[in-house]
Amino acid sequence: MDFRFTPQEEAFRQEIRDWLKDNLPDSWEGNRMSRDAENMSVYKEFAQRLATKGWVAPHWPQEYGGLGFSVVEQLVFNEEMAEANAPMGYSTIGTGWAGPTIIVYGSDEQKQRFLPAITSGAVMWCQGFSEPNAGSDLANIQTRAVRDGDDYVINGQKIWTSGAHYADWMILIARTDPEAPKHKGISYFLVDMKTPGLSMSPLIDMMDNHGFNEVFFDNMRVPRENLLGEENRGWYMATTTLDFERSSIGGAVGAARMVRDLTEYCADTRTNGHRLIDESRVRTRLADASVEAELGRLLSYRVITLQQRGIVPNYESSIAKLFNTDMQLRMARSGLEIMGLYGQLDHKDKYAPLKGRFERQYLWQTGLAVGGGTTEIQKNIIAMRGLGLPRQ
Amino acid sequence: MDLGLDEQQEMLKNFARDFLEKECPESLVREMEEDEKGYSPDLWKKMADQGWMGLIIPEDQGGAGMTLCELVVILEEFGRALVPGPFMSTVVLGAVPIMQAGTDSQKSEFLPKIASGEVIMTMALTEPSAKWTADGVTLEAKKDGDSYVLNGTKLFVPDAHVTDYMVVVARTGGDGENGITCFIVDSKSDGIKYEQLKTIAADKQSEVVFENVKVPAANMLGGEGTGWKDVVEPTSKIATVASCAYLVGLSQMDFDTTLNYAKERVQFGRPIGSFQAIQHKLADAVIDVDGSRFITYKAAWSLTEGEDDADLMVAMAKAWASDASRRVVAHGQQIHGGIGFTKEYKIQLYFRRQKWQELMWGDADFHRERVAELMEV
Repeated sequence: MDFRFTPQEEAFRQEIRDWLKDNLPDSWEGNRMSRDAENMSVYKEFAQRLATKGWVAPHWPQEYGGLGFSVVEQLVFNEEMAEANAPMGYSTIGTGWAGPTIIVYGSDEQKQRFLPAITSGAVMWCQGFSEPNAGSDLANIQTRAVRDGDDYVINGQKIWTSGAHYADWMILIARTDPEAPKHKGISYFLVDMKTPGLSMSPLIDMMDNHGFNEVFFDNMRVPRENLLGEENRGWYMATTTLDFERSSIGGAVGAARMVRDLTEYCADTRTNGHRLIDESRVRTRLADASVEAELGRLLSYRVITLQQRGIVPNYESSIAKLFNTDMQLRMARSGLEIMGLYGQLDHKDKYAPLKGRFERQYLWQTGLAVGGGTTEIQKNIIAMRGLGLPRQ
Repeated sequence: MDLGLDEQQEMLKNFARDFLEKECPESLVREMEEDEKGYSPDLWKKMADQGWMGLIIPEDQGGAGMTLCELVVILEEFGRALVPGPFMSTVVLGAVPIMQAGTDSQKSEFLPKIASGEVIMTMALTEPSAKWTADGVTLEAKKDGDSYVLNGTKLFVPDAHVTDYMVVVARTGGDGENGITCFIVDSKSDGIKYEQLKTIAADKQSEVVFENVKVPAANMLGGEGTGWKDVVEPTSKIATVASCAYLVGLSQMDFDTTLNYAKERVQFGRPIGSFQAIQHKLADAVIDVDGSRFITYKAAWSLTEGEDDADLMVAMAKAWASDASRRVVAHGQQIHGGIGFTKEYKIQLYFRRQKWQELMWGDADFHRERVAELMEV
């Protein structure tokens, strides 16, 4: 039972803070993860600044361009980036998915070719996993890859592909053996977005952003050397638990920021002759929000505790992710309720409180409760994989 | 940073679990519900022999000199085993006030006897107004030569009827937190009458009526008029965390029992735990149990280390654990179905005790308001 960071860890925290002071873009208030057009150049430029410190993928082993951070160093780094609302939307698929999977399953040649371009911030990746009929049931993908000489010929469609319209490369899962049981006939490809036969159309989300795309493959030829790992083993590669920090701390930190902003707003805003914060309905919501933000942080720290002790987290990382996602949505909703009629103003309206950040969050978090495994799927995973409850 | 138990705490936990599984079976818990005293003197002595009563009492006063963090580990096991009796009353409401505010002679008179299990104590704080705040204290203490004379009524006093001494929170004047004075009162003093209350958890609380009860001035604990700050405030923080720890253990056991039941109970030809309606309840419950544990640890650690935000953490812990534990035991009842509603099956023992501890030392609403106050600072 020790909630304190070591002096070295605190010094590292300070180093990050100092660096951020000099390197965060001026007057940056955008969404740090979404892939809309206004943010894209900010993301890219910031990724390249991070690269000068080796901080694009500092958790990777040194031989692959990382700094070999320990899980606590990763935690501190992620905490500070989230605290500063640092724009990290450029590299997340590359550093969190494509890179680690290449590190584990890639050939030496693939590692040479792809990893340095990720850590330098030169190349952006997107993820071609979901399909119209393969969302929560991801193993149901129908996109086909057929061997033809030295190539695979790929036909089919992906959807919800974030940032495909900016990305240089895609990690793609496609079916190579339609006769095999559905988890056993999937392969994992690395695809150049400029490949002939690849086309896309935008999907505009309810925040009026162009973040997602539909991506179509029409006889797209992908050279065999871009197959990652063994043929038909793609499902297991796509769902591997990668051995990096898995605490979902970013959500907890984001929530703590939201509580601070909201508390300040409620203390500063007068309505009908009193301060908002003097209303008991407001106090209840603020207190709940701040308790939940603390809980989210502790559930994240618990994952780190396990990882530090050399234990692979099981349901513990799932509940940290689930709680931190759901909690941010509840918090955004609470904020809008506290603001009353002002809460429903669009962020572009001159009367929108806190520059509409809560209205944006309310919409954004609604999406996050679905993307990357819905709340319900997370609960299924916790119940079956974590608590050992039977499937049938 | 490490949220888990250290080696010593782990040993303490394992030992306590084994000990209580053997010495405090469900049959004893049920027997004590009907028992007038509400505890087993035999078990009391065995626990004292383990050094548990003196766990947080300094070594030079006969204790083990450990911290609230270790006490939390033990109390979690108490919640798991539903240990009946005046342990929290004696250790938290008796020893802690004396450790916080006692004179040297009060310390050496009481602490070694508490540590050895010889003396049973409690604190008489709440009154018919049922408030946890200082303005609820109206029991009058009037100076009379070398003594004080106490008149008034305390209500919901835990374990009062079996105590040797009580820390009585009285008013010598003033308003609110000013003018409160605490006394160590011999429970057998002339003029004290006890009447046991009947409670949802079948724990033992009493109405304690003081009629011209004479207490020597030397038995004053803390300063005259400053008893709230000297005694009640520091004690109630620790009592709040202790209550959370008990709820953590209780919730964990209720959850474990329910999870096993969901795996074994078959309906429609399959274990009910294979239905998503049940799975999602259990996924929610495990978050509530784990969350309660870590916020309780954080509160205990923050108080022990004297962190700036310790008061906030205590309020957060009880605000969360009060609600979360109720959600857990409610799922426990629902998933057990009909059998859960029977007296014979054990899950109801947890359900009823949860409500008791949910309300002790302030429920979620009370502590949410505390959180809001502290956030404004």
